[in-house]
Amino acid sequence: MSAVAADPGARVRALQALRAACPALAIVADEEGLKPFETDAFISHRETPMLAALPDSEGQVREVVRTCAKLGVPVVSRGAGTGISGGAIPHRDGVLLVLTKMSRILGLDGLSRVATVEPGVRNLRVSEAAAPHGLFYAPDPSSQSACSIGGNVAENAGGVHCLKYGLTTHNLLAVRAIDADGDAFDAGSLALDAPGYDILALMAGSEGNLGVITRVAVRLLPLPEATRTLLIAFPTVRQAAEAVGEIIGAGIIPAALEMMDRVVIEACERFMAMGFPVGAEALLLAEVDGCAEEADAAAAEVRAIAERGGASEVRIASQAAERERLWKARKGAFTALAHVLPDYYTIDGTIPRRCLADMLERVYALAGEYGLMVGNVFHAGDGNIHPCIFYDANVPGELERAEELGGQILEACIAVGGTITGEHGVGIEKLRQMCVQFSPAEIAAFHALKGAFDPHGILNPGKAVPTLARCTEFRGMRVEGGRIPRPDIPRF
Amino acid sequence: MAEPFIAELCERIGARAAEGKPVRIRGGGTKDFYGGRLAEAEVVETSAWRGIVAYEPKELVLTVRAGTPLAEVEEALAGERQMLAFEPPHFGGGATIGGAVAAGLSGPRRPYAGSVRDFVLGTRIVNGKGEALAFGGRVIKNVAGYDVSRLMAGALGTLGVVTEISFKVLPRPAVETTLAFTLDAAEAIVKSNQWAGQPLPLSATAWEDGTLRVRLSGAPPAVAAACAKLGGDEDPRGAEYWTQLREQRSAFFAGERALWRLSVPQATPPIATEHAQLIEWGGGVRWLRGPADPFSIRSTVERCGGHATLFRGDDKSAGPFHPLQPALLKIHRRLKAAFDPAGILNPGRMYDF
Repeated sequence: MSAVAADPGARVRALQALRAACPALAIVADEEGLKPFETDAFISHRETPMLAALPDSEGQVREVVRTCAKLGVPVVSRGAGTGISGGAIPHRDGVLLVLTKMSRILGLDGLSRVATVEPGVRNLRVSEAAAPHGLFYAPDPSSQSACSIGGNVAENAGGVHCLKYGLTTHNLLAVRAIDADGDAFDAGSLALDAPGYDILALMAGSEGNLGVITRVAVRLLPLPEATRTLLIAFPTVRQAAEAVGEIIGAGIIPAALEMMDRVVIEACERFMAMGFPVGAEALLLAEVDGCAEEADAAAAEVRAIAERGGASEVRIASQAAERERLWKARKGAFTALAHVLPDYYTIDGTIPRRCLADMLERVYALAGEYGLMVGNVFHAGDGNIHPCIFYDANVPGELERAEELGGQILEACIAVGGTITGEHGVGIEKLRQMCVQFSPAEIAAFHALKGAFDPHGILNPGKAVPTLARCTEFRGMRVEGGRIPRPDIPRF
Repeated sequence: MAEPFIAELCERIGARAAEGKPVRIRGGGTKDFYGGRLAEAEVVETSAWRGIVAYEPKELVLTVRAGTPLAEVEEALAGERQMLAFEPPHFGGGATIGGAVAAGLSGPRRPYAGSVRDFVLGTRIVNGKGEALAFGGRVIKNVAGYDVSRLMAGALGTLGVVTEISFKVLPRPAVETTLAFTLDAAEAIVKSNQWAGQPLPLSATAWEDGTLRVRLSGAPPAVAAACAKLGGDEDPRGAEYWTQLREQRSAFFAGERALWRLSVPQATPPIATEHAQLIEWGGGVRWLRGPADPFSIRSTVERCGGHATLFRGDDKSAGPFHPLQPALLKIHRRLKAAFDPAGILNPGRMYDF
């Protein structure tokens, strides 16, 4: 995939043009220095960029984009590099725009409940800065201590509290970005709406294709007065999945409703000795919040529903330390899973909640067919499944099998009316499945939309939306029952 | 295979695009007053394309055809003790759900629950080329492809004919209470913002004529605790007040004078104007009754970081909507060309394209 150095002449030309346009810009141009940037958290794929630029201001970003536009050089934006669909993997003939230097909180107003930040500010830092005002920033992807707000916007990041508090798109007021002409534009506003089309909605989840984000204004919410966390064990996955629907059907919107299956429970148990109920096939982690009385009432109702639904054990925690202990397994799950087999690959489909139990059974059956182990730890309340496929990259062909199984699971999600990505983004990982989820006319509409911001296709080309040619090719390949005829061909 | 209504619609739009003849998209016609002047054009009616396609209360998802009356949607949801949390205004009998989405208008609950587009999960549209396209879906979380479905909310039909929408719906609050406080505008704005920063079950605020009304919605203990904390007087006619406000049927909205909608950052101090104001959305919207100089009101509001819409009024020569920043205008024109290359869908309804 990588290793072939970019055209040295092109690199020199781009370097000279950038130095001339922006003398103060920090640029990395040597192979050694570029190494750390060759992948994001989609580590099975890597590419060395032609150059990396580390701007420290919007003015510098604009100069980089303008210069690249003139040269026709691709621009790939990158924040903290925690994305797991490959959205920030560099372009070998392009400039990687690393935005981590732009990490200032520009303003935080407790009365207006707005924080205005540069794109490189870490997600958790916003909540930390808001806490003295009794406020927090709701979207909390599991990488929240490392991931940056610019990347959160680009991926429309989710987290464990989406069902009640929404995704990134629901918690934005304004985004300022540089389009491919090098012009700054403001999407949204500090008011509750803005004139014209909802460009702000387009920016969320645009994966660096519509502009380089230079500033973000986020909405802050009041910290809830009381929170109750419930850990509920079930003897079967189906009972746990059904309880999810019952809880929401009862009119309760939990702040979080997470599920883990036996593979994950056992991994956590070995790794952290949680003292989980023996023989549980599934655990639900539910969180309800509100005023103290309200949270207690909701927790009691969730408990009653769970017990009616066959729960074998229910633990309720109301104190912070106790709650954190219960969350420890969920938050540490991915670390625990890393001890199961050397490598795993996380899927991100969303399905209607009523299909959860059937879908999990389908996932286990498919995993059996492929001879691979799968564990499930996911946002059950959102119907957002994250099957983790375990493989050993040192076993020839195993990564490819894992990716193929992942593709099958995603297509099963589409078949029940779901989607191939709930919160991780398409990146390069799910380009093939985009061809299944969308028709050629829809794919063409996406390209036309991108053209409104980036007429020459220099912003993160080749990510998020497949070319029509690739879809045609892929449709041809799919004929043989989903098995790819030439697994040796790089394909994403 | 496409349903006959959609197939015919595609053919019709495709034919008009080939001829370069504009069309005007119409649901119930209740929001004809909103936006730019209606095009003298063939009318494409959506009202025949109606009905709830899928509704599973446990999923909190509703899929409905665009021509379905808004009242019918609300009734179906009420039957399951659920609601459209963005409280779309009807502005008359016969309002359709498609029109509510195209207009992109939300009611009193908007600052606390979210706007129309926040609850849109997916849309089916017919674009200006006569192609039937589907974006988003029927699930709560979906980041596959650009978020075209939310783009349709508030686009006034200029990017496509919306034919089907999937929404996230929410349980209705168990109880709602309205409290009234005697405050001047400046105090009302500060209080509304201070309260919104505390864990209180706020679901609407409105100030007019020296009285701030605050609606609280949620579980009985939460609402009771908030009432005890906030004080004020309970308004027994609160429920009616919020409906009248949403539908603009209260005294403030009566008569024929121009109605301006000033959308500003919520904590913006009172904006002095010679005409009466009604402040809602926690200070985020200031309704202004009476003629105003469009340039001066727009520059005033722009300095506050907001924008001004001539919501109702005869003289729309200065444009109903706030002028766009040049870089945004460029993107708007290109987006319009991407979805509707022949420029036939509701021309002039939003801007001059």
